[in-house]
Amino acid sequence: MPRWGMVIDLDKCTACQSCTVACRVENNVPIAGQRDSDEGRAIFWNEVIPVIEGEGRHIKGRFIPRPCMHCENPPCVQVCPVGATFKDPEGIVRQDYERCIGCRYCTVACPYGARYFNWRAPEFAETHASYRNPDAPARPRPVGVVEKCTFCVQRSERARRRAAAEGRALRDGDVVPACVQTCPRRARFFGDLDDERSQVYRLARSPRAFRFLEELGTRPQVIYLMEG
Amino acid sequence: MGAIGPVEAFRRRLEERALAPLTRTGRGYYLLVGGLLLVVAWGLYAYTSQLREGLVVTGMRDRIMWGLYITLFVLFIGISHAGTLISAILRVTNAGWRAPITRMAEFITVVALMVGALMPLVDLGRPDRILNLLLYGRWQSPVVWDLLSITTYLTGSVIYLYLPLIPDLALCRDRLLQGAPRWRRRFFRVASLGWRGTPRQRRLLGSAIGMMMVLIIPVAVSVHTVVSWIFAMTLREPWDNPMFGAYFVAGAIFSGIAGIILLMALLRKIYRFEEYITARHFVNLGYMLGAFVLIMIYFNVSEYLTTGYKMNEEVAFHFRQLFAGELAPLYWFYLLGGLLVPGLLILLPATRSVAGIVTAAVLVTLGMWAERYFIVVGGLRVPLMPYEAASYAPTWVEWSIMAGAFAGFGLIIALFCKLFPLIAVWEVAEHHEEEAVRVPRRVALAWAMTRPEGPERAGAEWPEPVANLEDTPVLGGGRR
Repeated sequence: MPRWGMVIDLDKCTACQSCTVACRVENNVPIAGQRDSDEGRAIFWNEVIPVIEGEGRHIKGRFIPRPCMHCENPPCVQVCPVGATFKDPEGIVRQDYERCIGCRYCTVACPYGARYFNWRAPEFAETHASYRNPDAPARPRPVGVVEKCTFCVQRSERARRRAAAEGRALRDGDVVPACVQTCPRRARFFGDLDDERSQVYRLARSPRAFRFLEELGTRPQVIYLMEG
Repeated sequence: MGAIGPVEAFRRRLEERALAPLTRTGRGYYLLVGGLLLVVAWGLYAYTSQLREGLVVTGMRDRIMWGLYITLFVLFIGISHAGTLISAILRVTNAGWRAPITRMAEFITVVALMVGALMPLVDLGRPDRILNLLLYGRWQSPVVWDLLSITTYLTGSVIYLYLPLIPDLALCRDRLLQGAPRWRRRFFRVASLGWRGTPRQRRLLGSAIGMMMVLIIPVAVSVHTVVSWIFAMTLREPWDNPMFGAYFVAGAIFSGIAGIILLMALLRKIYRFEEYITARHFVNLGYMLGAFVLIMIYFNVSEYLTTGYKMNEEVAFHFRQLFAGELAPLYWFYLLGGLLVPGLLILLPATRSVAGIVTAAVLVTLGMWAERYFIVVGGLRVPLMPYEAASYAPTWVEWSIMAGAFAGFGLIIALFCKLFPLIAVWEVAEHHEEEAVRVPRRVALAWAMTRPEGPERAGAEWPEPVANLEDTPVLGGGRR
């Protein structure tokens, strides 16, 4: 059984936000209008967070692409009263939109801010109808539930079906989430963190590798490579 | 009619007074209930707009996902501690003066729990899926701990309210014969469970109350501890605090005492209970309130000194928002208006009057509302990842639902006033009869012992045994 993980190289990232756009289209994440966005209600399964460091002449801008960290020890899963969020056998933190009661305890518990609540029923513009992803796991979520990045679980399902049809096991690089596929600088890598031959296995052991809020003990499965 | 003793006269007057609200209903009452109903209806209307459009109609947002509803949840569950504290703790310690106020305190507990438990439901994104809590409930989640502890507490409080009511319900059954509507007589007949006041019944009731009062105290303490654990079980910096349970329980009892003082003052005024609820009750509860002011100050100092001494980044953010930033008005109001001024009002003899203590109780209630608010919102505002700090302000929907919740609280209390005696008649009468026997004996004994000749010669000068009781304030009138 693979243990999916992602590596993001901050040295390569140009903060172009292609990942955010690709994710939005792939996963039918509704586009928030101006008003909701201004009020701080905009769903981002993947967000590029700007960070300003230092001041005066030594000011520096950094950018951190933030998907869900898919923690090994996820605080959100721990607190859910109804088991609507759970860790699937391949290490992905998933959300059951049919079971979620919308208490938002998971969004409170997540220290990364990777979980989003549907404050209103999602709306999709007529002009975007042809872009809608028909895959079942990506179908639009109803009002009043929490949603989040799934590492494009529909893609790993598809990759597994294809590998089965070709009569072979999954290979490194078979599963490619939308954000990884679209990244123009190839700053993102995806694969099985337990597979010694995978690229993410190697990169996760780089001296530049770190994880956010590591001191909290959440053990994220998204590993960053520090800017040089 | 033959002459009746002062004890009997007291009892008759007490029954008359305590049952008066059940038989006589003035225009003011209908106006009050009508007004409260209007506010509740307005709250319900606001809630329908939330049901229609989703929680987007509230001020909550991606980074501040809990707000006024959760604040009110914590506040109401806190106020519910009034009943347990006043009634169970004072019963356990056998504080006789408690008798006339236990019933009101127990009312507050039950009603505050009912209203408080509704608040998380109002906060749910999918109230239609509430049954999932029973179908898929996970015991690992603090929400489920809350569900269990609050239902246990509510059940326990209802029993604990009901048991001491039985003799009074029987009294209503026996006294409210003329003119009472049939449903009412039937209600009292069924609810009094055939109480005749036989020695066996008294013994059974006594042991049942005794058992409940001991059981309910740990349940009450655990309830507010578990409420705090909703917060303390997360990785949010200001909530990540092992003291949180004790802090919440102290705050709960604090706001509970304020709640009972307010209700006591109101009902005493409306139904002229001055003879039974005396200044002494206010002063005694005021002292308890004062003690909790000190406990709350202690908790604040320990929390902010231990975290502020190290002042990590998140704590620094939290301090800025509390002392000088977005939440500063609320925090300073809590410190000065909610702790310092009430403390002084109680401490200074000049203001230690009914009016002063009621003022203190109003301030404490407002201060505790502010405290619950900045705990919930402040905890969520502290960013752990480099997000821009978000702001939160409740919208008209949330304010309306808050008004509706308070009005609903008042409404249920008002309806209770018409169904049950507000003063535990039998307990007050029993206490009075005990005092009537005990006080003169004690006074006499004390008086005799101060005489140099010794007690054996003092007999002739003993004070009249019962006569002087009439003019001493009834409860605790005797110097003990």
